[in-house]
Amino acid sequence: MSLIEKHRNIIDYTLSSLGRRKGKTFAVCLVYSFIIFLLASVVFFTQAIKREADLLLREAPEMTVQRLEAGRQTTVPAAYADGIGRIRGVQSVQKRLWGYYFDSLTGANYTVMVNASLNGREGQAIVGSGVLLRGAAEGESRKIQAGDSLPVKTYRGEALMLKVAGILPFASELETADLIQVSERDYRDIFNAEAGRYTDLALQVRNRKELATIATKIVRQYPDTRPILREDILRTYDAIFDWRGGLSIMTMAGALFAFIILAWDKATGLSAEEKKEIGILKAIGWETGDILQVKFWEGVSVSLTSFSIGIFAAYLHVFVGSSLLFEPVLKGWSVLYPDFRLTPHIDAYQLVSLLFITVLPYTVATIIPSWRSATIDPDSVMRA
Amino acid sequence: MRRLIRKSDIFLAYVLLQAAALGLMLVDAAVRRSLAEPVLRQRAEVVRVLGLTDLALFTEARYTRNPSLADRHSPFQEHPLSLEHFPSGSVVSPPSHLTLPAGR
Amino acid sequence: MITLSNIRKVYNAGRPNEFTAIRDVSLELEPNKTTVLKGPSGSGKTTLLSMLGCMTRPTAGRILLGQREITSLPEKFLAEIRRSTFGFIFQQLNLIRGITVLENVMLPAYPTGERRSEVVARAMALLDLCNLSHKAEARVEWLSGGEAQRAAIARALINGPAIIICDEPTAHLDTALSLEFMETMKRLRDDGKTILIASHDPLVNDSDAVDRIVEIRDGRLVPPKACA
Ligand SMILES: Nc1ncnc2c1ncn2[C@@H]1O[C@H](COP(=O)(O)OP(=O)(O)O)[C@@H](O)[C@H]1O
Ligand SMILES: [Mg+2]
Repeated sequence: MSLIEKHRNIIDYTLSSLGRRKGKTFAVCLVYSFIIFLLASVVFFTQAIKREADLLLREAPEMTVQRLEAGRQTTVPAAYADGIGRIRGVQSVQKRLWGYYFDSLTGANYTVMVNASLNGREGQAIVGSGVLLRGAAEGESRKIQAGDSLPVKTYRGEALMLKVAGILPFASELETADLIQVSERDYRDIFNAEAGRYTDLALQVRNRKELATIATKIVRQYPDTRPILREDILRTYDAIFDWRGGLSIMTMAGALFAFIILAWDKATGLSAEEKKEIGILKAIGWETGDILQVKFWEGVSVSLTSFSIGIFAAYLHVFVGSSLLFEPVLKGWSVLYPDFRLTPHIDAYQLVSLLFITVLPYTVATIIPSWRSATIDPDSVMRA
Repeated sequence: MRRLIRKSDIFLAYVLLQAAALGLMLVDAAVRRSLAEPVLRQRAEVVRVLGLTDLALFTEARYTRNPSLADRHSPFQEHPLSLEHFPSGSVVSPPSHLTLPAGR
Repeated sequence: MITLSNIRKVYNAGRPNEFTAIRDVSLELEPNKTTVLKGPSGSGKTTLLSMLGCMTRPTAGRILLGQREITSLPEKFLAEIRRSTFGFIFQQLNLIRGITVLENVMLPAYPTGERRSEVVARAMALLDLCNLSHKAEARVEWLSGGEAQRAAIARALINGPAIIICDEPTAHLDTALSLEFMETMKRLRDDGKTILIASHDPLVNDSDAVDRIVEIRDGRLVPPKACA
């Protein structure tokens, strides 16, 4: 007489019992694995990309200062930079020039920015590894290579041929895929940017604790500016894929829906056969608790199997593959999509949370309907 | 005598196997992380040198390319009543420093 | 010794379809005897057996199992009594489909937490006794009627019960198999078991394996003199 032996006996029976419904059990496992695969993919992907953004953007400028005009971002006069540079605690002010450029040949949006090291090397560009070139002959777009000439249309409609002097590291594609770096003169030439005006200012401060104070001072001195702190940026990426976002809501809704169908099937699907079986077991001396244990182990074996399958598939999908399923959603209408492989920032905590939100409700959904049947009198089996 | 291997023992072995496989997965993740570390440091250096503020994940619109620099109005396009029409706009949530009450 | 005093069973009490299946039955059943409950269909035999076998509680009255009053016991204890004291052979046999004969026979022993090797050994011995060991690994739905009943007998005996309850055991058997069944019951009684059979089959009632016949009609016992 031992409790362990009793559990083993009950598991023996559970497995025999499940083995009889191979087809149905398999189908349930399949659907269930897929739900877990989707949920785990979302969790893995969003956690990993947030973590990666956090690690990378810790190196973003401590403070970025924009100027707004009628609710839109507009250029900052050089005088602002000088004024802000004189504020106590500001170590350096970098006047930045950058903007967006739509390439009608490839249909891609690029970010064009000035790289000071290219000043004096007009007509040259350093580009991100995702930048596309549309071959005149073949009519197809391909990834750009060093030495290529990238045609850029200036504001006057003339083509400016930029010689690709360098490609940013492929490993950085997630951050730099769409960058085109040019000299200041070329930039002003392309966009007709007024001399002495800049896109925004990047600030470095002497003491990070003073950031908020300095930001307040800047706004007081220049009420039409808007300082953005590095913490703001980090917080932006911390919340980027929050649960209200499209990706999460879509998968969650889908998963929830499928899950409700599964649970509903469980809750209503206690067939006459299953009910009779419960009656027989009770009649030959099984207690209500023993029968619930059968259902418990049934739920556990099905959901654990599905859990493992779903988790492994999600791991392969997100970290070994490159989240292929999410690409259409993330890519949207854009032509460029960075080729990146996320580092698996997963931990036991994530796995345990996933376990709790999937295995627990399923197991409960298996037990509850049987609980009603398991508490009735067994004398029904005495009759036909 | 008969049936020396019980189904419950197979089940136990199966559960342990799964736990081991999950453990292995975590180990694999740790290995991949440590392998990626130098690359990540290099990438962070690129971010620092170029003064980047955003990931180049969504290049379809201004405010999705640089969500952290987006102003309060661009997500509404040109009119407060115009609806979001970029798919990535539904994936990227607006930066908290825009949605929080004024100041911060 | 099983003692029933003033047992009453009302189905659907308080509803329009209220039905009194058993009225004021008092009865003493001696141990180590074969007792047959005889009566036409619908007379309440199955209902009485369910109450004796702790499957359902009487609406009124008391049942004593030896010295133990079982009508007021909580469900947990009733299950324990069903498991250890009674062996059931149901009218519909109620073997569980889709699993093997051996597993079916072992089922009542699962909740006891006994070592599996011991249960397997005992189950195989019982199957041997019932001439069924060659079908141990067969699924129950492949068995013939006689084999299925022998499997049910083996299952009823697995926990070594003191009392065996059979409901219409010969209903689906031909004469030869029915006689064989009564032989088995006789052997079990000689081994010291108490046997309770509900049947309206003359083959059972006339069998020399039977020690006592209790007649029941419309939920009441028919006094022995009247039937003599
Ligand atoms: N669950 C029930 N609800 C209502 N009536 C029942 C129920 N079970 C049995 N009965 C009625 O009780 C009477 C006795 O039934 P039963 O004990 O099965 O008789 P027997 O086994 O002698 O044929 C029958 O008239 C039957 O219709
Ligand atoms: Mg009956």
